[in-house]
Amino acid sequence: MTTEKMALAKAINESLRTALDADPKVLVMGEDVGKLGGVFRVTDGLQKDFGEERVIDTPLAESGIVGTAIGLALRGYRPVVEIQFDGFVFPAYDQIVTQLAKMHARALGKIKLPVVIRIPYGGGIGAVEHHSESPEALFAHVAGLKVVSPSNAGDAYWMMQQAIQSDDPVIFFEPKRRYWDKGEVDKDAIPGPLHKARVAREGADLTLAAYGPMVKVCLEAAAAAQEEGKSIEVLDLRSMSPIDFDSIQASVEKTRRLVVVHEAPVFLGTGAEIAARITERCFYHLEAPVLRVGGYHAPYPPARLEEEYLPGLDRVLDAVDRSLAY
Amino acid sequence: MTVESTAARKPRRSAGTKSAASASTTGTKSAASRRAGAAAGKSPGATGGEPQLVQLLTPEGKRVKDATYDPYVADITPDELRGLYRDMVLSRRFDAEATSLQRQGELGLWASMLGQEAAQIGSGRATRADDYVFPTYREHGVAWCRGVDPTNLLGMFRGVNNGGWDPNGNNFHLYTIVIGSQALHATGYAMGVTKDGADSAVIAYFGDGASSQGDVMEAFNFGAVYNAPVVFFCQNNQWAISEPTERQMRVPLYQRAQGFGFPGIRVDGNDVLACLAVTKWALERARNGEGPTLVEAYTYRMGAHTTSDDPTRYRGDDERAAWEAKDPILRLRAHLEAANHADESFFAELEAESEALGKRVRDVVRAMPDPDHFAIFENVYADGHALVDEERAQFAAYQASFADAVEGK
Repeated sequence: MTTEKMALAKAINESLRTALDADPKVLVMGEDVGKLGGVFRVTDGLQKDFGEERVIDTPLAESGIVGTAIGLALRGYRPVVEIQFDGFVFPAYDQIVTQLAKMHARALGKIKLPVVIRIPYGGGIGAVEHHSESPEALFAHVAGLKVVSPSNAGDAYWMMQQAIQSDDPVIFFEPKRRYWDKGEVDKDAIPGPLHKARVAREGADLTLAAYGPMVKVCLEAAAAAQEEGKSIEVLDLRSMSPIDFDSIQASVEKTRRLVVVHEAPVFLGTGAEIAARITERCFYHLEAPVLRVGGYHAPYPPARLEEEYLPGLDRVLDAVDRSLAY
Repeated sequence: MTVESTAARKPRRSAGTKSAASASTTGTKSAASRRAGAAAGKSPGATGGEPQLVQLLTPEGKRVKDATYDPYVADITPDELRGLYRDMVLSRRFDAEATSLQRQGELGLWASMLGQEAAQIGSGRATRADDYVFPTYREHGVAWCRGVDPTNLLGMFRGVNNGGWDPNGNNFHLYTIVIGSQALHATGYAMGVTKDGADSAVIAYFGDGASSQGDVMEAFNFGAVYNAPVVFFCQNNQWAISEPTERQMRVPLYQRAQGFGFPGIRVDGNDVLACLAVTKWALERARNGEGPTLVEAYTYRMGAHTTSDDPTRYRGDDERAAWEAKDPILRLRAHLEAANHADESFFAELEAESEALGKRVRDVVRAMPDPDHFAIFENVYADGHALVDEERAQFAAYQASFADAVEGK
């Protein structure tokens, strides 16, 4: 075993490098991904090593980036597209939803669209407007897309490998405020399935389900609750489409309580779907309604207010208390 | 083409008869010229009232010289000219049959290509087998040239699929309904062609309405920046449903290319020879690494936007009549006859073939089965998806519950 400790951003960089090395059809494309290495340096050094033909600086036009990536995929390439920030994806939303997601079905399966769209997402970095959003539900709602988000460096490395190998389009949400968090990466590991949830911490009294940047918050909440004698299980969902309901169900049948946590607005978010499904699957196991902690039905606020908007340790623990009070 | 022939009814319009051909001259032509001229008149480079366009055959079928584009059709044989004529007649016949089938309730909708045969056949026949075509949803004539069985185009209009033919079977991509999206796919595909070191070219079809879409502008720009081997073939048929070109642009369409750094050219879209020559030229540029070209085929949508449209609400008969005088099929027929390239038996055989095609299309469409219920869940993903599997199972159980109920009673 050859584990190495590295930042989440570096793990994605290494994963892209592995993929570019292994398959000449893999391309990296996006705004500033070349010489600059991306605004977060996730693609740092890749153009230098693989050339401008494979690590492609594009014009500043998101629809154009995704639309041409679709064309490249039709030609047999496997483009990995970078959208610079979450709030910049919407010019490409039509190409993603109307074309990328549906083309395989439209062709009755005769063509495949192995396109990965990387989106740094979420808040907590004190950014200006449009740089802190969590639009994953808008993509998970669309049949034909797969939506994933790693929470740690090891998962980031392997989930990117698997996303690139997928013959389906994958929207790959990268928790930008965790880019610099270090974790173990084992490049020789045999990874589990891409869309399977992971038990990040075992517990008996309540399940916290989260993904991406909120997994860390939930782990901290579980540790804090432990001091009060509460045993909290933390599930890292990893995939928002498909969602691993079986793993959530198994956990809830054990703990009988579920709180779903995400940065995205609660209304019609991933948590809403999980609450509905788990209520249906675990009706007789539940001791409390499924609760949700997330953003509000308001535009992502200016940076000075984001601490109030984002679910933090206290808001998660508040929901834990409310659930346990039933 | 792999279409079997036989016979049947007379074409509903033009094409077939000599009397129609002889009636095709002058008439209301001046009105059309004025309209075309008005568009070109906005161009700083335009001269006089006539649109600047490449024309090799006049509306009367007279061959006119063009030093630049003649070489691209210089070696065309009488047989090939008859082939172009045949392509146009048969694709028009197919189109008319589809319109009828919609009226009979066999299709839910049809988007007719009537009047655009020269633009589509000329450009379609300019492509090579290894080239790749990205159509909108009206390119039935191009599909014909690519060897796509015309009945395959009808599934989506009947509602049994959303396309369904194998795009790689004939290098003819699926129809794209959301306007302009495919220009980017074509450009990306062309970028891939370059990466592969191939000398194939790609051609994207779209219309005057699509030229207002951001995706088309982005495709122009990506194509130019990466010097992609792509031809942007715009059929300016004067109408985007009810909106005339004046609502889409303030400069002649072909001139837009200049701002992106590649040539744009306007061709008489009702002149199959000119469309063939200009498209060959543009494809050759692409193959030679000279980058994109915008071809504006100046033509006219003779029919409604689709069978759901009512053009009488927004345009007059006089305009259509003016364009009928420039009919693409009649002008080639006039040329074939004047040059003694085709005799009565050719036209008679073609008419028989045309009717056979109509019959075959009718028969195939009427026999087209509804898809299996479970097709809803097919091909949503290439690698599968747990939710789709779960919902398929729920659907199956629900369906089976009816069978149980029937059996129970």
